[in-house]
Amino acid sequence: MAVDEGLKIELGKQGVFVTTIEELYNWGRRSSIWPMQFGLACCAIEMIATTMARYDLARFGAEVFRPSPRQADLMIISGTVTKKMAPQVVRLYNQMAEPRYVIAMGACAISGGPFKQGYNVLKGIDRYIPVDVHIPGCPPRPEALLQAFMTLQKKIDGQPLTGPDRPRFLDAEAQGEFPVPVQGEHDLEPTSNPGVWTVPVVIR
Amino acid sequence: MREGWNRPPVMKPDGEGELLEVAMGPHHPSTHGVFRMDVALDGERVIRLKPVFGYLHRNHEKIAEGMSYLGSMPFTDRLDYLCPLTNNWAYALAVEKLTGQEVPERAEYLRVILGELTRVQNHASSIGFLIQEMGASGTPLMYAFKAREKILDLFEELTGARMMCNYMRFGGCRVDASAAWLDATRKVVAGLPGFVDEFERLLRTNEILMARTQGVGILRPELAVNAGVTGPMLRASGVNYDIRKVGGYGVYNRFKFRVPLGDHWDVYDRYMIRMLEMRESIKILEQALKDIPGGPVMDAKAKLRGFRPKPGEAYGRIESPKGELGFYLISDGGPNPYRYRVRPPSLINLTILEDMCLGQNVADVVLIFGSVDIILGEVDR
Repeated sequence: MAVDEGLKIELGKQGVFVTTIEELYNWGRRSSIWPMQFGLACCAIEMIATTMARYDLARFGAEVFRPSPRQADLMIISGTVTKKMAPQVVRLYNQMAEPRYVIAMGACAISGGPFKQGYNVLKGIDRYIPVDVHIPGCPPRPEALLQAFMTLQKKIDGQPLTGPDRPRFLDAEAQGEFPVPVQGEHDLEPTSNPGVWTVPVVIR
Repeated sequence: MREGWNRPPVMKPDGEGELLEVAMGPHHPSTHGVFRMDVALDGERVIRLKPVFGYLHRNHEKIAEGMSYLGSMPFTDRLDYLCPLTNNWAYALAVEKLTGQEVPERAEYLRVILGELTRVQNHASSIGFLIQEMGASGTPLMYAFKAREKILDLFEELTGARMMCNYMRFGGCRVDASAAWLDATRKVVAGLPGFVDEFERLLRTNEILMARTQGVGILRPELAVNAGVTGPMLRASGVNYDIRKVGGYGVYNRFKFRVPLGDHWDVYDRYMIRMLEMRESIKILEQALKDIPGGPVMDAKAKLRGFRPKPGEAYGRIESPKGELGFYLISDGGPNPYRYRVRPPSLINLTILEDMCLGQNVADVVLIFGSVDIILGEVDR
C-alpha cells in the first residue's frame, strides 16, 4: 500500500516522515549493491575505469568489490564468455546468496558480439542464468555501466515484497540452483537452460 | 562426485607426506582476468606451478582467416585491450610489408605519438595493478587511471573510441589529426612528467614495496633469452634489446631516447623499468610533437578494400608495451589471408612463470605474475 504523495509532503512539512516497510527495505537494498570482483575480458577494464575517481561508482553505494561470490549481490558479466568459462560462471552464480542480480555488460556477454562466429564463444550468458540488465556496446562506456546501475536500482525499488510479482528470493518455490553445463562431445550440454531461455522462433 | 576429487594425493619429491594443491583461478582477484595456476605447495613454498590457459580463447586467428585483410583490423583492438593502437600498428605493418605500401611521413609521426601514449598508459596501469596485488587496494591504481583517462580522452577525440580505436590503415591512418588535437596532446604530454614524478614519489620509498619485491622472482638473462621473453621483462633481466632501436620500423631512428636496463633481474627491477620507460616515452613524445610534418596521412595509391596481395608471406613486428608483438601473414593471392598468426608477447612472457615462482612463497606468486604484465585477451586470443 503506497502512501498518498500529497499527504506525505504535507506530513513532511510537519516533521513527520512516513514510509512503508517495502520502500524502506528496497531503499536499503538498492543503496548498497556489492558487485563481485570478476572480470572476463575487455569490458572489465571499463568496469575498473568506472570504479575509479573520474566516474566514481561509490556514488551508487557499489564501490565495494568483493572477491568472494558469497559476499556479493551483483555479478557483472564483463566480457566474452567462452565455452570453457561458462560452467565456472554458472557455478559462481550458484554460489551467490539471494537476492542476487546480474548485469550482462557488452555485446559479447549479450550475444557473443564480434566473436559470435567463433567455435568457442558462448552466444549470450542469458542462456544459462537470468540476466537483469543488458548493456550494449563494445565495450560500453563507463557512463553506460552507470546507467545500468540506475536501471537496476529502479528495478529493485519497484519490487513488491508480497504477491505473485515478488522477487525470486522471497519465493520458496523459485529455482535457486541453476544447472551447470558440462563440455560434451561437440558443445556444452545442455546448450541452454530452458527454464531461463527459450530458443527463439525465427520467422523468415 | 566430480571427477578429480578422488585423485591420489600429490606426494613430496622425497615421498614423505602430501603437497597441498591449490587452483588459483579462473576466478581469482589477482589473475587479471580468467587464468588458472595449479600450484602445488609444501607449506608456503611453491613446488610446482602449472599455468592453464584458454579461458578467453576467442578464435581470433581463425576468424581473421575467413575475412578480408581490413576486416581483421577491429579484431586486433581486442587482442591486448589495454593498448589497442600498438596492435593496429603491428598488423598494419605486416600488411604493408606484404603489399609493399608506403606510409606518409605525417602518418608515421602520428603512429609514434599514439604508440608512445599507449605505452605510458599501459605502464601506468600495469604498475597500478601490481601495487594493488600487494595490498594497496585502489589508491595507486586511481593515480594511474587519472593519467590514463586524460590519454583516453585524446584517443577518443582523434579516433572516436576510448578503447577500441581501430585507427590505423594499410598505408597510413584513418583520419588526420587537427591542430587543436595536437595542441591538446602537447598539453597532456607537458603534464605527464609531473604525473610520473608524483607516482614515483608515492611508491619509491615505500617500505612494503621494497620488502615484497626486491630479490623476488629472479629471471636470469640466459633463461629469458632462451625462452624468447621480450619487452620490459627482458630489459629488466639486463638484456639490451628494444625493437624500437634494432628493428628499424617507423621513424624511431630520428628520436633520442635511452633503453633502461635492470641490474638485479627481480620484480622491483621490472617495476622500475616501466617507470623509467614512461620517462623515455615522454621524451619521444616531446620530440615527435615538435617536429611533426604536414602532408597527407594516407598514401594516395593505397587500396583499403578488395585488394589481393601477391602470394607470399610477411612478418611485421613492433615493440608493444608488453614486448615483441608480431603478425605473420601468408597470402595465397586471395582476398583474405591464408594463414594469420599473432606472436603474442604476453603468452611467451608467461611461459617462464614456473621458473620464476619455484621456491617462492605463494603470496609472491601473485606479485611475480603481476610483474609479467599480461592481458588475457592476447594470451588466449
